Amino acid sequence: MAVQDFRTCSITGLKVHLPAQNLIIVNAVAAVVLLLIGGLAAAGVALTRLPAVHLLPADWFYRFLTLHGIAMLIAWIIFFEMAGLYLGATVLLNARIAAPKMAWLQFILMLVGTLLIAAMILTGQADVLFTSYPPLKASPIYYLGVILFAVGALIGCFVFFGTLAKARKEGTYPHGSFPLVTFGLACAAIIAVVTLLHGAAIYIPALLWSLGLIGMDESTYRLVWWGLGHPSQQINVAAMISVWYLLGTLTVSMKPINQKLCRTAFVLYVLFINVASEHHILVDPVFSSAHKIWNTGYVMHLAVLASMIHALAVPAGIEVALRKKGFTSGLFEWLKKAPWSNPAFSAMMLSIFIFGFMGGITGVIFGSEQVNITAHNTWRITGHFHSTVVGGTTLAFMGITYYVLPLIFRREVLGMGFARLQPWFFGIGTILMGGGMMLAGAYGVPRRHWDIVNFGGSPFSFAWDPTVYMWLGVFGIGALLAILGGAIYVLVTVLTIFFGKKLA
Amino acid sequence: MSISVPEKVWWKPIDKEEKIWLALALIWMLISFVWMPIYHFIGKQNPSSESYKAPRGQFEQLANDFIQKYQVKDANGAPVVMNDIPVVHPPAGGDAYLVGAGWKWTPVLELEKGKTYRIHLGSYDFQHGLSIYPLNINYMVIPNQDYVITVTPTTSGEFPIICNEFCGIGHHTMVGKIIVK
Repeated sequence: MAVQDFRTCSITGLKVHLPAQNLIIVNAVAAVVLLLIGGLAAAGVALTRLPAVHLLPADWFYRFLTLHGIAMLIAWIIFFEMAGLYLGATVLLNARIAAPKMAWLQFILMLVGTLLIAAMILTGQADVLFTSYPPLKASPIYYLGVILFAVGALIGCFVFFGTLAKARKEGTYPHGSFPLVTFGLACAAIIAVVTLLHGAAIYIPALLWSLGLIGMDESTYRLVWWGLGHPSQQINVAAMISVWYLLGTLTVSMKPINQKLCRTAFVLYVLFINVASEHHILVDPVFSSAHKIWNTGYVMHLAVLASMIHALAVPAGIEVALRKKGFTSGLFEWLKKAPWSNPAFSAMMLSIFIFGFMGGITGVIFGSEQVNITAHNTWRITGHFHSTVVGGTTLAFMGITYYVLPLIFRREVLGMGFARLQPWFFGIGTILMGGGMMLAGAYGVPRRHWDIVNFGGSPFSFAWDPTVYMWLGVFGIGALLAILGGAIYVLVTVLTIFFGKKLA
Repeated sequence: MSISVPEKVWWKPIDKEEKIWLALALIWMLISFVWMPIYHFIGKQNPSSESYKAPRGQFEQLANDFIQKYQVKDANGAPVVMNDIPVVHPPAGGDAYLVGAGWKWTPVLELEKGKTYRIHLGSYDFQHGLSIYPLNINYMVIPNQDYVITVTPTTSGEFPIICNEFCGIGHHTMVGKIIVK
């Protein structure tokens, strides 16, 4: 029995536990399907925000916006992370998955949760947007869906920890230290547990409140919800950086330049990033300035230091690896002769660039008290987090897919020519879209707004600086390019899974 | 390799280049850390939070009393409105109320240049985002809270305000006005 449980990968020589492989496959497939749904919603939202098209009526715009946020930021990313956790804990450690039945429960709960949420949004019973700030109230089933999804994700994290413990006990790998990728994923999973507990602390009361059983204080909701809202993005940061290290190894045989430094940086995330969530309530009443400055100033900068460490370690590791291949002439031969024809490599490089220069830096700037008062709830914020989770996390996950397809699904990628273009469409599209959002937002263009031109039915008129319309145009071109890149990704992935040449 | 188990002892000294980078990053973080609180005091840009618990009904009462007392009257003594929204001239140096509710900003405040006002922000339905243009200054307006912003207008003119927090289907119609004379 134990023997047939594993296959040996003919490409990497790694042992793959078959029950774990099935779990990786179902979670990855669910992720891609939800990316497709979120992408369709994105098209509706983007084409409505473009004044020249203004596609959807107001109620459907806000519904699509709610669905887009949930499908992308929650479902696509967390399903993919579950696949990543199972891969990092089993394949990289030659280990078998602990409690596969619990892992299936994770998948089923997350799927049922997603379906409940989507059904409530599409039937107009959850017109509350992603944050569901009370007193906006959704159907109790909406909150129940979120809770089921979160419980599923929590179970997934514990299956991951259990698998690590079991691998260690059974001695499936040489000694105590995990590979760096597994270590980074473990940090992501720890952050996930803390985050999901915040989620329980707010969504369970919200469920009871929507049932009419308890009251709900609006400011308390905001404080606790953001304990979930921003730290959940730090799961994505830690998972994305782990995927960068994984992609670096697979594409150019990169080695971490210093294990101590890289691992310490991950630990800094675990210790400090969860606390840095109050930049969302910098212009709120109730909380004192001293408290908000402490949270957004002191603690956040220790987590930013961790990002600065990775900002050196990852590109430096890639450069060293390429120089070792003999590309040593001048400053940039290594970059010129890098394997750009490999879509996983270009996706990784674009992800590093967009996350670092656009997403990360703007996040630190907008999170400061002085800039926040001009950026809060404007499109600058939307531009920031599209640069992090779309240009950064999503693009990195797209890149690793080009390895997951042959190694786990055991299919040769179909339409490699399209796959090579895909990261460029998606990456450049995200740069234009995020840049357009941030620059229009700098003039005050609000986020989450159906009609910034006519303010349909408002008592007073309102006119923007005309420059805003140029940035709206840049946003529109970028959004359409990114949607095209996303469509190619979904198409290549689905066609490969069904029709790709089978690999041994 | 990042995907294989590292050598047994990986706690190794950091190279010179990495140390330089680490030092630069740390210095930058320290500057950011110190400068934000310092600028809170010397920049006079962000208000130090002043807010009070104010149950919806009570806040609504206070705001309505304020509007009745200080609403501008025309030559015939009739109360002045702009597109059905009362125009209110609060006493210079005193308290003023600005309410986001019913997908409207009420009232239209008429302030005097160079005078200081304590503007009470509140809502008695949903959460709203007060966004003042063209300065692009933003505050959250939250039900059951009285958020006091102390302001001294330095430029005269009409300043549009919009809502930038989703508050339901009429969210995008919330355009109001502050007039400085």
